[in-house]
Formats: sequence, C-alpha cells, structure tokens
Amino acid sequence: MAQTQRPLSPHLQIYKWQVQMVTSILHRATGIALAVGTLMVLWGLLSLAAGEDAFNQFKVCTGSPLGMILMIGWTWSLFYHLCNGIRHLVQDAGAGYAIAQFVRSSWLSIIVSIVLTLLVWAYVLTAGGAA
Amino acid sequence: MSTNAKDLPKDLQNPLKRARGLGSAQFGVSHWWTQRVTAVGLILLGLWFVILVLGLLHADYATARATVAKPWNAVLLVAFIVTAFWHAVLGLQVVIEDYVHTRWKEIFLMVAIKFLAVLSVLAGALAVLRIALGA
Repeated sequence: MAQTQRPLSPHLQIYKWQVQMVTSILHRATGIALAVGTLMVLWGLLSLAAGEDAFNQFKVCTGSPLGMILMIGWTWSLFYHLCNGIRHLVQDAGAGYAIAQFVRSSWLSIIVSIVLTLLVWAYVLTAGGAA
Repeated sequence: MSTNAKDLPKDLQNPLKRARGLGSAQFGVSHWWTQRVTAVGLILLGLWFVILVLGLLHADYATARATVAKPWNAVLLVAFIVTAFWHAVLGLQVVIEDYVHTRWKEIFLMVAIKFLAVLSVLAGALAVLRIALGA
C-alpha cells in the first residue's frame, strides 16, 4: 500500500456531526461487538453441553455486574444492528434515499433500538434478575 | 478544462495492475449478495434467538437442556450459529479491508477470522448435537 503519494480525502474530524454519520459508524461498531458476542453464545452452548457445573459457572459470569453490563451492551448492539440493518436493506432496494427520509430513518434506528433494549431489560429485571 | 464522459477511458484499471494479475478478485457481487441473504436470515433467526433466551431466563439446567434438545430448537440454533458466523466473517472482512493497510497483516487477519469462525461453527454444532442426542 501507499507507494504512491495520492491526495487524501478529509478525515472524520473535518466534518460537522450529523445523525447519518453516527448511524453508519455505529453499524460497524455494533457489528464488531456482535461478532465477539457470538463467541459468548458459543460459550453458553458449550457449557450447556459440558454439564451442570460448567453451565452454572457460565450463569455466574453472565449474572455478575460486569456480565450484566456486557449483556446490556450486546442486547442494544443486536437491536441496533437489526434495526439499522433492516434500514440498509430497504435502502438496498432503492427506497428512502431522500435526505429527509434518510435522516428520519437514522433516528428511527437509534430510537427503536433503545426502546427494544429497555423493553427486554425491563422484562428481564421484573422477571427477577438475569440468568 | 472540462472532461467529457466520452473522453474517459472505458477501463479505469491501471494497465500495469492488470498485467500483474492483481485486478479485482471477482468475488465482490457474491460477497455483497451473501451478506444481504444472511442478514435477512438473521432478522428471523436473531429475533427467534432472543425469544428463546428470554424464555430460559429462570430455567434450571435440566429445563435449559431439554429446551435446546427439542428438534426444532436444535435445528434453528445450528442455523443461527452458521448464519451468524458467516455474516460476521463477511462484515469483519470489509472492516479489515478498509482499515488494515499492511498486506501481510490484512491476509493474516482474514485467514485468522475464517479459521476461528469455522472452528466456532463446528464446536457450536457439535454442542447442540450432543445436547439434542443426549450424549
């Protein structure tokens, strides 16, 4: 790479922040977070197959304060990537490209993902704590 | 001085690059398309997985195992694992291509995530099978 001295396009800090940038960056960030989260799912399944002691250890880890924080983070990552992913699929079909629609759907992804996360965790906590 | 569209070369690739055989890898469309198909699959499987986990919140070990062992749950879980890791590899590949500009590091990471994903899928599928078959 970079054997030629090509002009660089302006980088992120040049631009005024807009919600469309935020949704794009978050889609990537939550995607990476979820890739790590799939390993957590794998750990859960492996411990379930391994036996009761291993599974209880998994439940202690996910139920710990750090585990809960990670679980809440992954819940939001999942719902955000899901909502914004659906938004991208709609855009791939050629719809929603007018600037006003683009901005509105960006906010929709963010707000719906937060609402879904709150609903799920309200259920988890009222059902008597995680794990 | 303006450039008319008809003056632009039809092929924008540098001829030297073409001669060296370092042109496009020809996998772009299938990568893009597979990413979308796995995304649609994960909309359904992801929501199903969230509901499954919420249903197991207070389940003891035997109940959790019995739930995963149900044929439909076992099949959908394996489908979820395969699709999730596949989609993750496609997405991480794009991130690596965008940000890792040292060739050997780029290739190392691409191969590493593929190895890790394949091993994870195999381990996950084996775990579900062991649970489903009671082994």
